[in-house]
Amino acid sequence: MSTVDDLAPVVVHDSGRESRRERLRVVLRSKTFLAGAVIVGVWVFCALFGPAIVPHDPYADDILGKLQPPSTEHWFGTDRLGRDVFSRVVVGARDILAVAPLAALLGTVLGTALGLVTGYFRGLTDDVIMRIVDAFLAIPVVVIGLVALTAVGPSRVTVVLVIGIVFTPIIARTVRAAVLAERDLEYVEAARLRNERAPYVLGGEILPNVLGPVLVEFTVRIGYAIFAIATLSFLGFGIQPPAPDWGLQIFENYGLLSAGDWWPTLFPALAIATLVVGVNLIADGLTRAFER
Amino acid sequence: MGRFLLRRIGLALVTLWLLSVIVFVAGEVMPGDVARSILGPTAAPETVAALNEELGTDRSVVVRYADWISGVVRGDLGESYAFRRPVDEMIGQALWNSAKLALLAFVLVVPLGILGGVVAALYEGRAADRAISVGGLSVSAIPEFVWAVAAILVFGIWLDVLPVTAQAPPGAGVLTQIEYLLLPALCLVLVLFGYLARMARAGTVEALDADYTRTAVLKGLPRRTVIRRHVLRNALLPTIAVVATQTGYLIGGLVAIELVFNYPGVGRLLVRAADQKDFPLLEGTVLVIGVVYLLATLVADLAYAYLNPRVRFGGAAA
Repeated sequence: MSTVDDLAPVVVHDSGRESRRERLRVVLRSKTFLAGAVIVGVWVFCALFGPAIVPHDPYADDILGKLQPPSTEHWFGTDRLGRDVFSRVVVGARDILAVAPLAALLGTVLGTALGLVTGYFRGLTDDVIMRIVDAFLAIPVVVIGLVALTAVGPSRVTVVLVIGIVFTPIIARTVRAAVLAERDLEYVEAARLRNERAPYVLGGEILPNVLGPVLVEFTVRIGYAIFAIATLSFLGFGIQPPAPDWGLQIFENYGLLSAGDWWPTLFPALAIATLVVGVNLIADGLTRAFER
Repeated sequence: MGRFLLRRIGLALVTLWLLSVIVFVAGEVMPGDVARSILGPTAAPETVAALNEELGTDRSVVVRYADWISGVVRGDLGESYAFRRPVDEMIGQALWNSAKLALLAFVLVVPLGILGGVVAALYEGRAADRAISVGGLSVSAIPEFVWAVAAILVFGIWLDVLPVTAQAPPGAGVLTQIEYLLLPALCLVLVLFGYLARMARAGTVEALDADYTRTAVLKGLPRRTVIRRHVLRNALLPTIAVVATQTGYLIGGLVAIELVFNYPGVGRLLVRAADQKDFPLLEGTVLVIGVVYLLATLVADLAYAYLNPRVRFGGAAA
């Protein structure tokens, strides 16, 4: 008995580490992943050091100098309050890059816990929770986010909580599917025969084996979180003024498009587009590596 | 088939009921004090109490839910706080407008998505495949409102070939309406294309690998015939079934797009209701959106079961 217990985990561990290293190699060789990493890296740099490197104060109004087109003084022009659009776009990376990954993390932690429990226990718990999950999935994320944020009032904290909770059922469904594939394998059976308690079997045995899909789901969710939070900010129910958030900047300025003042809208729009594409390229690279 | 149908409808009803609970909790329980949330933190307590009494929100949550849900079952969604009009009437008109926009988007995206996916699958692993797969994915990842401002900028202002509002003048014919809806529909197409193409690609790749395809090739059928008769037929079935599940993304996308193009559909109605803290209108709209989604997936499941003999004759197991 002791030999089986001592030997088996060692073998499993080694092959696990081996395949992990192999996967890392695949990921790092993937061009899409690298392209995504470069794009996201630039925005992370802007988020971290933006306030120190921008040429103007992103919050400083200058009504006399409002809506100036791009020039050498203001690279991306100025917005309706005369604020420097370039500075606001660079510093604006902060809000979305803090809020979206936190929301995705919250959803991933809650969803993984829920997915482990429902997938492992099956039966009534599973049926009830999956019905609730189905009901949640019937409402688009932006719609339910809008209602919840109307109810609790929008702020950075409530946006993280609402998007995290809305993502929970979606992630739970993915994790549950992964757990269903694992729960009847021999190592789970062995743990059960050793009389291990359910929390240990879930956290110590099954969880490490479904971490791959969980990680992929987390990266994919960051992309969707940026999508959802930018949309909510654009609708006026996400990040609040005077923050230089990109969605909010578009919300504040898109009405000026038909007057020909395109710069305060176009540059934040390009910023959102590059960031979500970057995150998705990373997610795509990871997905491919884990699907092999 | 009969048992499958009953089971599927039963499940949809349970989901619908849960949906109503979620909507009610989000709209009536989460704000805490409804009148306080409408009037803001500076209003006098007496004014708040008076408004709560007027709106009926001073009653217990259980009573309010019972009241609301019994109305919903009879098709009465209550009266809007802000517009003082029956909620169902307001939603009915908006839903019709949104349906027109959604229909145009579907009519455009379904053939495009299927074509893209099939081409990608036939050139699996090569440049065309990577371009369609990664490109489609990237295009889908960008939020609709970003596409909307880009579309307005390029087609509405710089090229000046299409109108930048989606609402055609009253009494306009079908073609004029389509012209006005083209830009918003294009934004929806961009966001839906990637997913549809990916499903069509996966279905086609699977069909290309299947034994029946190898048999068809080995018995000497021309490649064109094999693809048309054996591959496409089997590949498109699952793709068509997932089209309906995209209704959710579609409605989510309508919210921002209708706002940018100032189009009076359910999306713009929802944002207005949220702006005004008009909870009955908000709850009614979300509930209707949920029902539309559930109906669409139900119809898709049934269509899939009907078209797929393995499910049709397999009994309730599916």
